[in-house]
Formats: sequence, C-alpha cells, structure tokens
Amino acid sequence: MDDRILTRMGDGSLVETTRAQLRADIEDGTQQAVRRAKVPPLEQGELDHLEDIFCSNARFTGVDLGDEVILSYDGSGNADLGSRMTEMLAYQTHQGADMLELWHIDYSYKAIKTILSFEAHEMKMSQLNLTVPMQYGAMPDLGRYSKPDGPIPNWSELMPLGRIEEARAAQLEAGEMATHDMLFVADGMVEAGTDGLDFDTAGAAGDGDFLATLNAVEKIRAKHPHVGIEIGMASEFVLGMHGELEYRGERLAGMWPHQQVKAVAAAGGTIFGPAVNVNTRKSVAWNVSRACTLVKRCCEESTIPVHMNVGMGVGGVPMTAYPPVDAVSRVSKALVDVTRMDGL
Amino acid sequence: MGDPVGMSLAHTLASGMGGMRAAGDLVARMQMTRGMRLSEAKEYVAGRLGVSTLDLVDPVVMHDVRAELGLGRITVQELTYADQPYAIEAKFRISEVLDIPINSVERFAARAGLGAPRVSAAGGAAG
Repeated sequence: MDDRILTRMGDGSLVETTRAQLRADIEDGTQQAVRRAKVPPLEQGELDHLEDIFCSNARFTGVDLGDEVILSYDGSGNADLGSRMTEMLAYQTHQGADMLELWHIDYSYKAIKTILSFEAHEMKMSQLNLTVPMQYGAMPDLGRYSKPDGPIPNWSELMPLGRIEEARAAQLEAGEMATHDMLFVADGMVEAGTDGLDFDTAGAAGDGDFLATLNAVEKIRAKHPHVGIEIGMASEFVLGMHGELEYRGERLAGMWPHQQVKAVAAAGGTIFGPAVNVNTRKSVAWNVSRACTLVKRCCEESTIPVHMNVGMGVGGVPMTAYPPVDAVSRVSKALVDVTRMDGL
Repeated sequence: MGDPVGMSLAHTLASGMGGMRAAGDLVARMQMTRGMRLSEAKEYVAGRLGVSTLDLVDPVVMHDVRAELGLGRITVQELTYADQPYAIEAKFRISEVLDIPINSVERFAARAGLGAPRVSAAGGAAG
C-alpha cells in the first residue's frame, strides 16, 4: 500500500489517508472559503503545492531559505520559569523570537487598567534587559463592560427580549469605556518604554468590540506616531452583535480578513493578525487550504504587514494543547508559501 | 503561546527569522514601528547593515555582523560577551544603525540625562 499517508485531523489526531483523499480535502477547503467569503479560489499550482506538503511523510518541514518571516510571539512565555522577565529572556535566547509580548494572565485592558503601575514597571525593567522588540498585549474584551462583570446593561440579555435599541445603545456605551481604558493603558506603557501595543482577539464581542478597538488605535496613533500597533482578530469574520456600526463609512459586521485589514490600516495599525477558525472534524490539509484561501486576498491587498494567528485551533493549527510538530510545521510552511504573508 | 515545543519552536524552525540569532529582531522593528511589509523591511535592514537579504537569516554571517556593529548577541554557556553591548546598550546601537528612534532608548537617555531625543531621517521621534 504505497499510497497510504499519515496525516492529522483538526483535533490533532493522527489518521491514515490517501493522496486522492488529501487532494479532495484541499480542493474542498478552498471551495468552502470561496462560498463563505466570496474570495477567489487557490490556483492549481497552489493546490498542487499544498498536496506536496501534506502528502510527504516527513516528520518536519519548513520554508525555503530566504523565505523566512517575522514571528510576533503574542503571549510570550509559559509561566513556568519564575518571573515574566525570565520568560522573555528565554523566548529571546532559547526560542529565537523576533518580537516578544509582555502580558498578564487577566488578559484584558479593563483589568490591566487597575494594575497599570505594576505592569508598567515590569515593562520598564524588561526593556532594560532585552534586545529584541517587545510589545504589551491584552484583549479589548468588550463583554467585560456588561453586567454582571461591568456597569452596562447586558446586550446579550436584552436582545432575546426584543429590546434591540437598548442592546445597541449598551454596546456603544461600553465601547466608549473600552476605548478610554485602552488609551489609558497605552499611555502608561509608552511612558514605560514599550515598542508597541497588541490588541488581541479584537472583535471577540462583535462589531462593537472591533469599533472600540479601531477608535482606540486612532487616538493612540495620533498621540504616539511611531509606537507599534498590532490588531489580531478573534475570528474569521466580524460578528454583527450591533449590526449597523460603521468605521469610515464601511459596515463592520460581516467583514472578512481582506476588509478588516483596510479598517486596521486606516486606524493606524502597523501589523494585522487575521484569525481563521479550525474545524476539528476536518483534516489539517482541509483547514489549511481554507485558511490560505481566506487570507490570500488580504495579504495581496494589505498595505501593512500581515501576521496570521497560528495558535492552537487557529489558522489550520490543530485544536489541541500540545500541537504535533509535523502538523504545525506544515501549517507554517503552507501559509507562508501560498499567501506570501509577512509573519505569523 | 502554549506548548513551547509544539507552538513557538515549531514555527521558529519552520519559518522564523531566528530573532537575534540572526536579524529577525531588526526586521521586526521596521514592521512594528514603520509598518513596512516584509520585503521592504528586509531590504531596508540589509541596506543599513551592508549585507544581502539572505544574510539576514544566516546566523553565521549575522554573528559577526552583530559583533562588528554592537547589535547584541545571544549568550551561550561559553560565550557571554560581557564586554560587548547587550540589551539596552545594544538598543542604542540598533537605533543608530537602523536610523530609527527606539522608545526605551529615548526614555533611558532622557531619564539618565544623556541628551536630546534622537531625530530620525526615517521619520520623527519615538513613541
């Protein structure tokens, strides 16, 4: 049985398949993305390349020499070395990180605002001890502003009651608070010496969450012209929790990566991180083909660097706490080779 | 980041520029603070260092280039380079070589009374 190939599913499990089945998965993955996002399918040469990557039984793979990209290492460190500065040094020295990110386990700008002095001191001391650039990251996390965690009426409770206008007003009110908190933390971190700010999983609470982030980025860019600003998305398209919100004349709900990146660049972002969800019941090859199709147009049309989110369960990487390196290396190579993105 | 072997190391070895083992940190600075896309950032850094873009990912070449320009090198057990620039010291050199202000360097200089903020031909002051 020469045709038998070992491959991974989206949940990380190892299965046996055939070249014909993998090709069918790759073809179907790109077509699913075309149907969803109305983007062009991958070309035959790109589908052939994916087939080659996934039909190899090699334990590991990588891009060609000269095709390497920047890795932004959102959420650097693993909280097992004793201090966050030690974690950063380990990632700089032991893992070859191109960029680092200081972060707190309560990964939300609303939470960070209350401990900014503590976090800013950690930033300052880390900057003195590091050579590679380091940003500060957290989530915009609009949901934290609604009851019972925050002061604003909970729009997810109002909507099922048909109180749509109240739900929409609540999201806007929460958004103003979130924008204020993001700007407050950004000012403190810039003063402490950060190289940049990361707004991670933007849009997690829908279009109101994304708008609050864009508004914050616009203000930060005006105030700090050369600080790095990365916006990483929560999912592949923006949920319309409000439904009518616009940024610079463009409706946010339903935006796909090639549309999201334009809003991010217009606000003043310097790095955009698209996120594509993983279907655990499909093969990694299927998921990667779909992810490549969804972000290729974004990479072609972007004016700023695109760093795809490739953590567990995102961008084709299997949804498992300990991703197998055979799968991760294939995802890494496939995304870079097919989309020519700027980083991961 | 999650599992360091399955996530960060796997991506580093498959597609990363290697950070300060090579010139990944320098290219990253141009993406972060100038919004340069990858090819533009690589060409800018290669031009400032006087090397090819392929050299930027070659740790053998970059080990010597970083030593010559004082850009900081990774310390290993036998090679600590205690008499050479590292961390904030190296970032002063990186700021000069890349001709960009670096926020932590500007803050350090101002607070230590080391003079006026750097004004870059590539555009403005830090932060």
